[in-house]
Amino acid sequence: MFEAITPEEMVAIRLSLRVATVAVVMSLPVAVLVAYVLSRGNFRGKILLDGLVHMPLVLPPVVTGYVLLILFGRRGPLGAFLEQTFGIVLSFRWTGAALAAAVMSFPLMVRAIRLALDAIDRRSEEAAATLGASPVWVFATVTVPLAFPGIVAGIVLAFAKALGEFGATITFVSNIPGETQTIPAAIYTYTQTPGGEAGALRLSLIAMALAFAALIVSEILIRRSGQARADVE
Amino acid sequence: MITFSCRLARPRFVLEADFSFPGGCLALFGASGSGKTTIVRLIAGIERPDRGRIALGDHVLVDTAAGIWEPAHRRRVGLVFQDGQLLPHLSVLQNLSYGRYFAPAGAKGVSFDEVVDLLGIGHLLTARPLTLSGGERQRVAIGRALLAAPRILVMDEPLASLDAERKHEILPFVERLRDELKLPIVYVSHAIAEVARLANRVVRLAGGRVIAEGTPTDVFAAEAPEDAADRFETVSFLSGRVIRENPEFAVSIVAHPAGEIVIPAPLERNAGTVRVAIQATNVSLATERPRNLSVRTVLEGRIERIAAGSGPSAVVTVELKGGDRIAAYVTRHAISDLALARGREIFVLVKAVSIDERGVGRFDGSKGSKVEE
Repeated sequence: MFEAITPEEMVAIRLSLRVATVAVVMSLPVAVLVAYVLSRGNFRGKILLDGLVHMPLVLPPVVTGYVLLILFGRRGPLGAFLEQTFGIVLSFRWTGAALAAAVMSFPLMVRAIRLALDAIDRRSEEAAATLGASPVWVFATVTVPLAFPGIVAGIVLAFAKALGEFGATITFVSNIPGETQTIPAAIYTYTQTPGGEAGALRLSLIAMALAFAALIVSEILIRRSGQARADVE
Repeated sequence: MITFSCRLARPRFVLEADFSFPGGCLALFGASGSGKTTIVRLIAGIERPDRGRIALGDHVLVDTAAGIWEPAHRRRVGLVFQDGQLLPHLSVLQNLSYGRYFAPAGAKGVSFDEVVDLLGIGHLLTARPLTLSGGERQRVAIGRALLAAPRILVMDEPLASLDAERKHEILPFVERLRDELKLPIVYVSHAIAEVARLANRVVRLAGGRVIAEGTPTDVFAAEAPEDAADRFETVSFLSGRVIRENPEFAVSIVAHPAGEIVIPAPLERNAGTVRVAIQATNVSLATERPRNLSVRTVLEGRIERIAAGSGPSAVVTVELKGGDRIAAYVTRHAISDLALARGREIFVLVKAVSIDERGVGRFDGSKGSKVEE
C-alpha cells in the first residue's frame, strides 16, 4: 500500500507549502497592523472591522471563495485592476490559491496576535515613551518583542490553516494539477477516483506530519523567546 | 520654576489641580485616589488634560489654550514608576541604555559610569529585570530615567513596594540626586517620613484637588483636622545639627535652640544639618521641667495657639526657642486640667523611640535648584 510518493503528489506537496508560505508572509504585516488597531484603537466602526476580519471564520468557505471569484476574477473589479496595473492574475493560478489561503487563515492570525497585544502591560510601552522612544520605536522595540510568542502562534495557526484550506480555494481557483491542486484538493481528487485510497492516505499522513512539524517549530520558537522571562523561574 | 494647572475629567474622578514649585523636591502627598498618579501621568505626557498648562521654566509641555502638546517621547521627563516598569525582555544594561539612546547628543546629564556608581548597580548589568529584588529594580529604574538626560525627575511612589530596609537603601540616592545633580524632583508618596526627608515643598491632594500647599511644616502642622483619624498625619519638622553620637546607647544628639533632640539611631556626625519629623500624637506637654521621666527630649517654648473643636482632642502649637513650631495632639481634658493657654511657657516632650529615624534626612535648607533647560 505504501508505494513511494508519486511525482504528481510531490508537485501537490510543494505547491501546498509554497501557497501556505506566501499566504502567511503576505498576510503577516497586515495581520499585525489589524491586530494592533483592534487591540489599541478606540474608534467608531471597530466592531465592523472586527466582524469583517472574522467573517471567513464563520462563512461557508465556498461563499468566501465565490466572493473572491467575483472580486478577483479577471472580470472582477479588483482582478481587472490588478491585471491591468501590475499584470497580476489571480484566478485559476497558484497566486489565487495563496490569496484564498491568506483570507481564510487571516482571522486566526489576527486573533492570536491580538490576544498577545492585549496581554502586554501598557505601562511598558509608556515607560519606553517617557524614555524618548517615538511611537514607531516603541512598537518595534517593545510591543513586537513582547508580543512575539503570540505572533509566532498566529503564524503557525495560519500556516496550518493555509495548508488545509480547501473550500474557498477550489471555488476560487478550481483544482488544476500543478497550478492550484494543493494537498487537500489532491486528496479530494483521489477519493473521487477508483483505486485512489492509497494515494489519499499517503497525502493525509503527509498533511498530518506537516501540521505537527509546524506546531513543534512554533513551540521551540516560543520557548526560545520566553527564555529571557523563563530565567526567573 | 515648574507650573502645573490642569483639569481632567474621568468617569467618577475629576482632577482640578494648580500648583507650582521653584525647584528642589516637591512632594505630592495624599491618599490613593487623590490624583497623585494622574498628575504624574499628565506631566509625563501619558495623559492629556481636558484643559490646562504645564511648563518647566519657559519650556511649555502642554497648553491647551495655545494648542501646544509635546508628546511624551519629546518631553524628557524622567519618570520612575511605582514598580520600576523595567522592560522585561531587555537586560539591565539594555534597559539603562534604552533612554540614553534617545537622549539628545548634546544633553547635559550624568555619565553612564556615574549613574552606575551612584546607584551601585554595576554587578547587575547582565541580569534580567525579573531576577532583581524590588530595591535593585527601583535603582535600575532611577538610573534608566537619569541616563535619558531628563529635565525633571518624577517619581511615583518609588518606594511603596519596598520593605523598610530597601527604602533605607534608596532614600540616600534620591537625596544625592536632589543635592548633587540639582535635578528638580517631583516625588509622589503617602509616607510622611519620606516626604519629611526629601521635600522642600509639599502639595497635599484629596479627591483630585489641592487642599494644602507649602513647606512640609506648613502643610503637615496645620489646623486640627476635622477627621480625628487624620491626627496621625499632623507632623512637625525641626532642623538641627548632629552634635554627637552616643555609641553605648546607639543614639545621636541633634542640637536645637530649644534643647537637645535624641534620635534613636547612630547618625554620622558629618551629616550636618538634619530635619527631624515628629508626629503630633507623639508630643506631650508639661508645665514644668519633668524629672524622673523616661522621655529623653525636652524642648522649651511658648504656646502660640490652641485649636480645639467639640471632639476629644486638640492641637496645641508651640513656638519653640529659636522660632521652629511644633504641634502637639493632646486631649481637651488635659488642656483644661493643666490650664493651658496661649502665651504660656511650656515644656515639650518627645519620646526618642517615637521618632522614625528613616525620616531623618540631610537637609541643607537651601531653597532648591532651578530648572535647567
